[in-house]
Amino acid sequence: MKNKSLVSIDDYTREEQLKILDMAEGFEKKPVQDILKGFVVATLFFEPSTRTRLSFESAASRLGAQVIGFSEASTSSVSKGESLNDTILTVSKYADIIVMRHPREGSARYASEVSPVPVINAGDGANQHPTQTLLDIYSIRKTQGTLNNLQIVFVGDLKYGRTVHSLTFALCNFNATFHLVSPLELKLPSYVKQKIKDNKLEYYQYTDMKEVIPKADILYMTRIQKERFSDPIEYERVKNAYILRNEMLQDAKATMRVLHPLPRVNEIETDVDHNAKAYYFNQAQNGVYVRQALLASILGVI
Amino acid sequence: MENNKTRKELQVSAIENGTVIDHIPAKSVFQVVKLLGLESCKEQILFGTNLESKKFGKKGIVKVANRFFESDEINKIALAAPSATLIVIRNYKVVEKKKVQIPDHIRKYVRCFNPNCITNHEDIPTKFQVTDKKEIRLRCHYCEKVTDKNNLFFI
Repeated sequence: MKNKSLVSIDDYTREEQLKILDMAEGFEKKPVQDILKGFVVATLFFEPSTRTRLSFESAASRLGAQVIGFSEASTSSVSKGESLNDTILTVSKYADIIVMRHPREGSARYASEVSPVPVINAGDGANQHPTQTLLDIYSIRKTQGTLNNLQIVFVGDLKYGRTVHSLTFALCNFNATFHLVSPLELKLPSYVKQKIKDNKLEYYQYTDMKEVIPKADILYMTRIQKERFSDPIEYERVKNAYILRNEMLQDAKATMRVLHPLPRVNEIETDVDHNAKAYYFNQAQNGVYVRQALLASILGVI
Repeated sequence: MENNKTRKELQVSAIENGTVIDHIPAKSVFQVVKLLGLESCKEQILFGTNLESKKFGKKGIVKVANRFFESDEINKIALAAPSATLIVIRNYKVVEKKKVQIPDHIRKYVRCFNPNCITNHEDIPTKFQVTDKKEIRLRCHYCEKVTDKNNLFFI
């Protein structure tokens, strides 16, 4: 994957994705290495995303790379009216690889085309966030011992949550069965369901998560945002149905794990955190290993 | 020259050499002129619109003297005028007649309907893959969203 930009999860084949996961396992065993000494990683965050940025910067630092960049557009030359083209071309003279988060969809693809150095998309608007998908499948494989034939339950905002869409696409390569729990207003978009059907896989839709928890291998929770509802009363009516409480996990499989892309607001009660089935903070930690694997493989050192 | 009977029916004069684009939907004639960049063409151009047509009711026609279009160039108009026929004229005679075809890729002249797409905020030429030629579905190369015929705007 040397010098190959990562913009959409589909840019990497199933085999390439698995190769990244294998490399990430190596970094989990040995997270501090000097293999990126002398390399400069630029993190260009045109909109704030503290978690993703720190995760990348932690990954780069632990491998010995230097990190440069900005954490919001107002502290960069964008506020002076510089074009994305000019920012990318300039920064590519300072860095060996660019990690970019940008509020506009398609910005990462464009940056990867104008940049002479590889670009990793750390989120382009509501479009793609492939490193999140890779850390999700890493977490799933690690907790289940396999990626194949799993029962995946998604809960919450399945309409606007790009995390859910990309993860669904990725899991379509691994014979998953999808259980989709959401309010009627926030159901999974038809083009994503079509992709499941195209792969001859099955999905089931629910409005209540209680009945489906015992079936789950992975319970993937997402946040429901009030502003997604056209009718605020409807939000008030449904919001409590999508909050996970510790006692709801009683009948779950012993191997089942709860995932969440974070940040959490109130959709997982804090008493779940102490349950052995809670995995979301480990999931965030796995993000560092996966990003180490991506940086090292794209920079061609492993 | 064609026979007298045919000539009498001509509502737009014949050209000696060049290209006739016939069966353009009446409302799209000016769009076709624009898409082909005929505004800056120095050759003689004749066009008519709201002409009677047995097949289409009202139609438009454009005749450009001494211009012969490559397929890539002419297929640009396929989204605006899918019914158009291209007729190549040499010495007042029809030497070639073909339908326009929607290309696999579309560059520069269609706007991405996604208001948050980077192409609507920076000086970036648009690029689409045509995923459905019948229903007209264009997938943006950048934001990956689909622009369909109900949201089709030309730049």
